[in-house]
Amino acid sequence: MTFYEELKAKGYTRRQFLKFCGIMGAMMGLHQTGVAQIVEALETKERVHVIWEHFQECTCCSESFIRASHPLVGKILLELLSLDYDDLLMAAAGHVAEQTKEASIRQHYGKYILCVEGSIPTGSFGYCTLGGRSAKEIFDEEARGAAAIIAWGNCASSGCVQGARPNPTKARPVHKLISGKPVINVQGCPPIADVMAGVITYYITFGRIPELDAMGRPRMFYGRRIHDTCYRRAFYDAGLFVQSFDDENAKKGYCLYYMGCKGPNTFNSCGIIKWNDCISYPIQSGHPCIGCAEPGYFDQEPFYEHLPSVPGIGIEATADKIGAAATVAALAGVSVHAVVTNIQKRKLIDNNTEYPLKDDQVDGI
Amino acid sequence: MEYKIVVDPVTRIEGHLRMEAVASGGRITDAISTGTMVRGIEIIVKDRDPRDVWAFVMRVCGVCTSMHGLSSVRSVENALGIDIPHNAQMVRNIMLGTLTTRDHLVHFYQLSALDWVDIVSALKADPAEASAIARTISPLSEAYTPWGENSPGYFADVQRKVKRFLEVNPDNNLFSTNRWCWGSKLYKLPPAVNLVGLGHYLQALDFQREMCKIQTIFGGKNPHPNYLVGGMACAVNMQDPNAINMDRLSFVQQKIQEINEFVNRVYLPDAIAVLSFYPEWARIGGGVRNYLSYGDFPMTQMNELDSYLSKRGIIMDRNMNAVEEFDPLALDGLQEFVNNSWYKYSVGKDKGLHPSVGETILDYTGPGEDYDWLGPDKPYSWIKTPRYRGHAMEVGPLARLAVNYAAKDPGMVEIADAALARWRQMADKFNGRDCGLTFDSWFSTPGRMIARAIDASRAGRFMQMAYDSLIANIKAGDERMFNSARWEPSSWPADAKGYSLNEAPRGANAHYCHIHNRKMVNYQMVVPTTWNGSPRDPSGQRSPFEESLIGTPVAGIEQSNPEMTLEIIRTLHSFDPCMACAVHLYDESGTIIHRINIENQ
Repeated sequence: MTFYEELKAKGYTRRQFLKFCGIMGAMMGLHQTGVAQIVEALETKERVHVIWEHFQECTCCSESFIRASHPLVGKILLELLSLDYDDLLMAAAGHVAEQTKEASIRQHYGKYILCVEGSIPTGSFGYCTLGGRSAKEIFDEEARGAAAIIAWGNCASSGCVQGARPNPTKARPVHKLISGKPVINVQGCPPIADVMAGVITYYITFGRIPELDAMGRPRMFYGRRIHDTCYRRAFYDAGLFVQSFDDENAKKGYCLYYMGCKGPNTFNSCGIIKWNDCISYPIQSGHPCIGCAEPGYFDQEPFYEHLPSVPGIGIEATADKIGAAATVAALAGVSVHAVVTNIQKRKLIDNNTEYPLKDDQVDGI
Repeated sequence: MEYKIVVDPVTRIEGHLRMEAVASGGRITDAISTGTMVRGIEIIVKDRDPRDVWAFVMRVCGVCTSMHGLSSVRSVENALGIDIPHNAQMVRNIMLGTLTTRDHLVHFYQLSALDWVDIVSALKADPAEASAIARTISPLSEAYTPWGENSPGYFADVQRKVKRFLEVNPDNNLFSTNRWCWGSKLYKLPPAVNLVGLGHYLQALDFQREMCKIQTIFGGKNPHPNYLVGGMACAVNMQDPNAINMDRLSFVQQKIQEINEFVNRVYLPDAIAVLSFYPEWARIGGGVRNYLSYGDFPMTQMNELDSYLSKRGIIMDRNMNAVEEFDPLALDGLQEFVNNSWYKYSVGKDKGLHPSVGETILDYTGPGEDYDWLGPDKPYSWIKTPRYRGHAMEVGPLARLAVNYAAKDPGMVEIADAALARWRQMADKFNGRDCGLTFDSWFSTPGRMIARAIDASRAGRFMQMAYDSLIANIKAGDERMFNSARWEPSSWPADAKGYSLNEAPRGANAHYCHIHNRKMVNYQMVVPTTWNGSPRDPSGQRSPFEESLIGTPVAGIEQSNPEMTLEIIRTLHSFDPCMACAVHLYDESGTIIHRINIENQ
């Protein structure tokens, strides 16, 4: 049964179905013709089988996934797929759960998608076991039969918190443990729900993985810096900055650059798609971006110091130069760290603002 | 004949739990609970800026997301002597209430309902009958009306949806249609009630997305919203579109109302109704007889315990006539043992250490390759064993009920009495006999689940109280959200220690920190599932998971039937295990990572 047939059976109209395709198309930045491709794929293709494994993780990716917000996406994605195994949501436990997974792998060998949530420890057998077997052994076996691997979140893409120094369990991301298979790094801690939904829909629609950047991330969601899509960008360009949390400038929603915002070197869709049904994103709620979609972000602390003190990161000052740099980054399609590092115009900023804070600036309590 | 049962993985929980059990004569005689995954977060936060640590430890868990972030900023504020503005305290309370209500709702419907509700049977039900039954499941409080979205057409649509889903891939789907023990006599609900449960399962799945949006308003995203040492980052400005203003506050108020409606009209009545069909379980799964709650929802500052809306205390041996005090600093009070964990202590493996002087030395002695049976005779878990003055404690919603009831908190007494009366009345009615439910029935698997629904109702009420207080404060002219007095590290003492005692959705959650020369030199978390899911201590006392399984009947062992698994996970799920929280502190190199030097600066 195709996705469209199921929608019909569920009482959705063709108009609603087309709207869903339109939403997905818009999220993926497609032209009308691309939307037509989604329509065709969802009308004619069989469900994709998915095995979803949890290794060294905190389950925030699954938690984010079930928050997918546009109604059709939220209602249908679990049904659009055939999620054959997910130890968070499935009814069965123990050996029945394992049997279900083994049977699915056998039947759909070479065709299923392996979704991995969490990193994989390589320090010792005992650091992560399921059913008495190590995460590494399970991963190796399931990766062999997968058509593609989706590495959910920062853990599976780059090791996240357990991979931060000194990485006590020798946690490794998926792409370091496998070669010869397509691996999609869906970054973020967690990734935005609709980004997760969009990656899956793209795969089902076009029968291939989305275009990736140099770090294995889908360009359609990670092709822009948060800084370049932030609604507070105008304040940055105008030199209007928050100097202390809850100061007069914070109450006006000025730029959080000096509070340590990592938006200028973080690639994600927070400023565009936003979180939890477009409600807000960290910067909109007054907190600097901590860069959770970037590899090694936990070792780029302290979080509350502005970028020039973070090794390897600098930033330019004027709006037009920033725009030009972003264009270069997008066109060149390179890992953008290289681009931002060689643009150091911090002096300009210092001249235009009253930073640093005065030591005696306190608000009473 | 003695049987050994292994449930690994235990599904529909956060993280990785393995449960081994021994059964003879149709009942479980021994149980072994193992945490099978480690990450090492407490080592990783060493030498970091204390203001950053909340972000690291929040990643301990994405299910009770925000809890460890909140606990962390509170412990750092305690160490540095920071009082936060009233607005920030109220916002944190609202966010805690959001977490608690959503976590409990998801636990009941998505993570534990399928232990009691047979979805395959639901497909055979008459939708009109389901609709009629749903309308008789009325809220406990007259302030609420029965849930209205229960037309026969709605239930027919639910059946159609789920049937289609199961037919597409009958062998290997999320519900393991052809493999799990659907249709077993262990599932006792009539088809129409199963259909009600299934319908509400799907409604809850939709609704939980709405709940978390409150955290997104104040914390920017969910899971893993932002916190801030000294207050909150979300500035209030009633005259600006770019801050917390009337639009944002109205949105929050709307969601708080919706949460209270869903919890009181659907979740709490459903929990009582479903579990009323299983009165025999009211004598199963009680386990350990001591209960610990730290209390939470401060209406002033954290150090003013009287202002907490949920109280702190200990109940020993289910004696509801006395609430004992918890001393967070007594070195012989709260202690962690490692005798059955994969660690050793420099003071000897049989000794316990207070978290402020704790140490963790890795000593992995578990099997080195694929294993079938761990057993209780050698260390068998990544979880340490916490005790209070040598006693095992259960933590969580049941502990909160016991402590607040014994402390005669009027709100708790009222709702617990009403819930028990309803539970008793429905059980007698559904089973056509006097089922003999009493106050002691709380100390059981279904009692724990109903206590969780009560906890959600209370948390919903607390959110409204915090919201009202926030509005009153802003109205009085106070828009402060952050105290910057101790923000700069230059304002800190050279050495500072702090702790915070909090109530996570799953129970008592303690964070201890030690800041030295502006860096975090030590961080220790004693979290709810550590209390509940730990291995046995040096005197052989079992912790709640293990103890509560003793005596549980198990069917179908001879045929290795999934039914035996079902009976084990019913009780385990009643605790809502959170394994990533329980296991977070382990080091590979074998070095001491939790020794605190008591320095006199």
